[in-house]
Amino acid sequence: MSKPVEIEEAKFSEAVLKAETPVLVDFWAPWCGPCRMVAPVVEELAGEYEGKVSFVKVNVDNNPRIASQYGIMSIPTLMLFKEGQPVDTIVGFRPKDELKKSLDTAL
Amino acid sequence: MAKSTKKYDVVIIGGGPAGLSAGIYTARARLTNLLIERGAVGGQIINAEWVENYPGFTESISGIDLTEAMHKQATGFGLETLVAEVTGIKITGRQKVVKTSQGDFTAKAVIVAGGSERLKLGVPGEAEYTGKGVSYCATCDGPFFRDKEVAVVGGGNAAITEAIELTKFASKITVIHRRDELRATKILQEKAFAEKKIKFLWDSTLEEIAGDAFVDKITVSNVKTKKKTVLNVSGVFMAVGFRPNTGYLKDIVKLDDIGAIITNERMETSVPGIFAAGDIRSSSIRQVIAAAGDGAVAAISAEKYISGQAGLFAEKS
Repeated sequence: MSKPVEIEEAKFSEAVLKAETPVLVDFWAPWCGPCRMVAPVVEELAGEYEGKVSFVKVNVDNNPRIASQYGIMSIPTLMLFKEGQPVDTIVGFRPKDELKKSLDTAL
Repeated sequence: MAKSTKKYDVVIIGGGPAGLSAGIYTARARLTNLLIERGAVGGQIINAEWVENYPGFTESISGIDLTEAMHKQATGFGLETLVAEVTGIKITGRQKVVKTSQGDFTAKAVIVAGGSERLKLGVPGEAEYTGKGVSYCATCDGPFFRDKEVAVVGGGNAAITEAIELTKFASKITVIHRRDELRATKILQEKAFAEKKIKFLWDSTLEEIAGDAFVDKITVSNVKTKKKTVLNVSGVFMAVGFRPNTGYLKDIVKLDDIGAIITNERMETSVPGIFAAGDIRSSSIRQVIAAAGDGAVAAISAEKYISGQAGLFAEKS
């Protein structure tokens, strides 16, 4: 089962913007409780959408420039990228079924 | 993932301090138990950067560390944990079937400890600007408001704790409260009143949140004079109360007028074999220690229910 990959700023362009498949980016930080809440749900989604969507995590504490570039002011934020563009944004903890619905609509 | 239909003595819904404590007690009673949590365990308290009123910790401990320790302790005694969303409970005689996104689980007793979530105020701009300046977690989002002016809405423990946490980042914090005094614990009030960065707008309610791409101003109304004031802020932290997570329970157990589960002192709900613990319970004081206490009582009551000895406490009187 594929797992979300933690990436740094230098890899963002290659892993997200130039990716051939849609990418779900989980913006998170270690101090954030709801980010921890949502992590196992995102991991399960990574397994279920294997091949269709790739999953990456961006620690906003280590990568403030990416966070600010995409206007992140609340975490967790899940942002779906297609062909280099953000197409859907989900702020805060959501149950898995709701996340799946959002993903399926946006894909 | 394969749908499961496993059987347990006790199914616990919710992985906060109430559920984890119930997990420890039921596991030590050698009952088979499963804790179902929709995300990672911890509950609301994981939003607390410091907990300094839980006995036994002379240095304050973070909510995450405290509940991770509880989970480790419960797992050590044999508690099983599953990530799933509970959608309902079906009752057939003494047997309960807990329906979830990962299949059905049969239990002799169910302990509902699903907690509560932050209430939304429902003012114009709130939904639109969520994640763009409107926040429900100062611990999470405080660092995004470095050197900016922010508002905190509410006057209880959550609001005042958030205002204090925000002093590390924001340049000015205005607490907007609809009354002329705070409900928060005195020690928190003392801390907040001593902070130069924290200002108070009493007798005031938030009317509207506005801005362009991000929040840049809010309108506040004085409840006595009806006078409206515009504040230029980049962030609005909402701490106006909590709503119990009982959506799937309203036709199953008796709830009070805010949707919290009504229990007696044995944590019994209106349905025999279904117990409730923690913030989801009517009149909960919303403290970790109370939730943990509720969880222990619910676990012991569930054990007695399963073994057919009702009236554990009645025996003493």
